[in-house]
Amino acid sequence: MTLGLEIQGVTKTYGSNIVVNNVSLRVPRGQFVCFLGPSGCGKTTLMRMIAGLETPTAGRILFNDKDITDTPVHRRNFAMVFQALALFPFLSVEDNIAYSLKLRNVGPADRRSRVRELLELIKLPDIGPRSIDQLSGGQRQRVAIARALAQEPRLFLLDEPLSALDAKLRDHMQVELRLLQQKLQITTILVTHDQREAMTIADTIVLMADGVVQQIGPPSEIYSKPANRFVAGFIGQSNLLEAVVAGRQHVRLGNSVIETNTLPTHLRDGDHVTLSIRPESLRVTRRNGDDIPDALLGRITFVRDVGGLIELRIESEGRELIGTTTPAEWDGIAVTETVAIRLPPDACMVLPN
Amino acid sequence: MQHAARLRLALLLSWPTLTLLGLVAIPALLLIRISIAPRDPSGMWSPGFTLHAYRALMEPELLGALLDSVEMAVVVAAISLGLGFPLTYLITRMRRGQQVVWLVFLLTTLSLSDVLIAFSWQVMLSKRIGLSNVFVALGLMDAPASLTPSSGAVIACLVYLVLPFTVLTLFPVLSRLKTDVIEAARTLGASPLRAFTSVVVPLTRGPAMIAFLMAAILTVGAYVPPLVLGRPQHWPMAVLIGSTALAGHDLPRASAMSIFLLGATILLAILTARVARGRRRA
Repeated sequence: MTLGLEIQGVTKTYGSNIVVNNVSLRVPRGQFVCFLGPSGCGKTTLMRMIAGLETPTAGRILFNDKDITDTPVHRRNFAMVFQALALFPFLSVEDNIAYSLKLRNVGPADRRSRVRELLELIKLPDIGPRSIDQLSGGQRQRVAIARALAQEPRLFLLDEPLSALDAKLRDHMQVELRLLQQKLQITTILVTHDQREAMTIADTIVLMADGVVQQIGPPSEIYSKPANRFVAGFIGQSNLLEAVVAGRQHVRLGNSVIETNTLPTHLRDGDHVTLSIRPESLRVTRRNGDDIPDALLGRITFVRDVGGLIELRIESEGRELIGTTTPAEWDGIAVTETVAIRLPPDACMVLPN
Repeated sequence: MQHAARLRLALLLSWPTLTLLGLVAIPALLLIRISIAPRDPSGMWSPGFTLHAYRALMEPELLGALLDSVEMAVVVAAISLGLGFPLTYLITRMRRGQQVVWLVFLLTTLSLSDVLIAFSWQVMLSKRIGLSNVFVALGLMDAPASLTPSSGAVIACLVYLVLPFTVLTLFPVLSRLKTDVIEAARTLGASPLRAFTSVVVPLTRGPAMIAFLMAAILTVGAYVPPLVLGRPQHWPMAVLIGSTALAGHDLPRASAMSIFLLGATILLAILTARVARGRRRA
């Protein structure tokens, strides 16, 4: 028996438009999973199908091994926090939170104590009698979360609920949301287009593009071992360089041959691939006259100190590379100076084209 | 400076005041004055005071006609709300271009006079070429029959007349209604019906009550449709007022009846408003 959510080959089409294309994934109980991707990648549609607000064109959705594909929304007991929050403007804060309890015929005394408990949980114990339009954006956010949690849902769905908040409050809410989820041990799915948000709070990231899952894994793995060019470009900054396979552990980059980790077995000599390397992995040094065989040569075009971090732009054989380094390691090479750029084999990811 | 500002405000406010005085207060006062005047057989009224016209109101036929009027108004308003609400909701969920076509179509029906509409309904409900022939063809009726005069015919025609007003009153609130609050209610455990009663109803109650009231008031004042399509024994107040003034040449009595009907309409409006507010508190 698998506890948690399982999606099997789910597809959703509108006319000839395929919004979600044959997605399969698993969300084990107690995990925090982020559906991440650019807008229009199908992540919200996938979440709406899990909630029951859309019906899949093909495929199955299971929860605790039970097929729920055709279970109506109100029988799933999955709570959802909407992008626009969708609080009921005609009800007070406490009545908003108690809405699902009333539907379940919870008595008035139990309702009151549960509402008080939830208001404590969201750290706003005194706002119960207020009306929704008296609340600030951050307060509304928390009330929407409390309302969703009141029914003790089996699955907690959040559709970009933090996107309307300003950057500082958003950072704060991200941490709080993660702490809340850990405290309640509730299986949670968050939809977001903000990779930083996903990296901060998720146990697992499901990265989507064009309705297709590109990669599933913990944030650190997605960052360090991107499955393809799209992932490498979407998560953080990356130098994506056209290269040609030259042996089991080497690729040719223009005039240089670069050592890499072992290449995927299906690649043959002469295959075109993309070499992905993170900016902080570039080793940039002054050129000392004699050429280093496995280094690229380049010319610094731009240096910027952003406090604690130095950003570089380097032109090398017609390519522009982005590098970052720390002030401690930086020996003050000036713009237009020629440098040697070494690409450590461990940091070089070879992605099939 | 302050003086000038006050003067401007006074001038600004005098406009609605004058409008109300000219269009509402003066005719109403005139109506009251005529209602307490003695009858003049020549068809107008004569100077002097008498409560004769009001005493005549206590006749059972008149009370019956008043009840008929109110009942008809409530039934027609309820049916137009029941039909208009889902219709408007469907229109608001259409694409922009289709919405415009529907609204223009509904507005166009308002350009037809109610006389024309009432007679068209009479033709549609007639024995020889009317709807009953369709019902016979469908096997719903044994033989064609005339469906007028009848209360059903009056109600059908009045619903047709007030439906555009209902749709236009409900359109703004329903087009602003976000689906995510309904979806939120559904994820919180509400069945589709429960989501409707607990979310859509409170969000649209005010405009729905206005639509109801407008339909009821338009119906109370309806003259031609009951005259053309209704049974004489069920003629509502508006028709009786007309015949009292025009055929009976009794202007004071017609005025007293009008005031009576006006009072009943105001009572209906107050009751409707109270229903709307009372439910909100619960």
